[in-house]
Amino acid sequence: MIRTALILAAVLSLAACGEKPQTSTGAKRDTPAFQGTSNAYNAPGWKAGDKTSWEQHLKTRAQNSQNEYNRVN
Amino acid sequence: MARMKFVCDAERCIECNGCVTACKNEHEVPWGVNRRRVVTLNDGVPGEKSISVACMHCSDAPCMAVCPVNCFYRTDEGVVLHDKDVCIGCGYCSYACPFGAPQFPSQGTFGVRGKMDKCTFCAGGPEANGSQAEFEKYGRNRLAEGKLPACAEMCSTKALLAGDGDVVADIFRNRVVQRGKGAEVWGWGTAYGSQQAGHPPVKGAK
Repeated sequence: MIRTALILAAVLSLAACGEKPQTSTGAKRDTPAFQGTSNAYNAPGWKAGDKTSWEQHLKTRAQNSQNEYNRVN
Repeated sequence: MARMKFVCDAERCIECNGCVTACKNEHEVPWGVNRRRVVTLNDGVPGEKSISVACMHCSDAPCMAVCPVNCFYRTDEGVVLHDKDVCIGCGYCSYACPFGAPQFPSQGTFGVRGKMDKCTFCAGGPEANGSQAEFEKYGRNRLAEGKLPACAEMCSTKALLAGDGDVVADIFRNRVVQRGKGAEVWGWGTAYGSQQAGHPPVKGAK
């Protein structure tokens, strides 16, 4: 009985620690960015339609272009 | 995938307005509309600070909440966008936004307020990615081209950081540790609901 109450209390107290889902809300739906574009200006180094490669490419690009502590000097 | 976020490092911003210029050039933003601008606090006083301000793509965006025609939507990456075909130019979003992000072109004889325009995190709009229709309404879709926002990529001192929230937070954290000061991330508490160093706790913040 006490154990159940403790589990319930833990569940209720931890419920507020979660973050509200932020993905795709609103009335509209857009083509995901990882699908790429049909123009000639796509950055090389990732595959259009592959979400994982797009995410990894943007992470690498952010580190390379915005974190000068990564540079060797 | 974390969400896309902007960070402006007030210790580094030198008020060069390179971000503003990059944005206007990249998206061919019309006269009278500034999707991004640089604000200087205590201008002229020793120790003045400048920050680059645009739409912060809030977690719980007030513009989305007040729009009477529901023209806003959020992408999987947490970018807040809007549909200009649905927008009626009422201006409610402008009153609701704590950053003054929504802009309204006023052209014509009577200065009629047009459809709202704001920073898209270089993610375009609901039209096909990279299409001419998308460019004419919202500007370039750099995210779909595998690039980050032009303002941050053009920033000469790298004061303005943009990208995956985890990555930019990591870059900023490393800087703060290296220099030993300047941990305040302007606007994050308001946009993303977290308490920042030097700020009082926000009531009801997560």
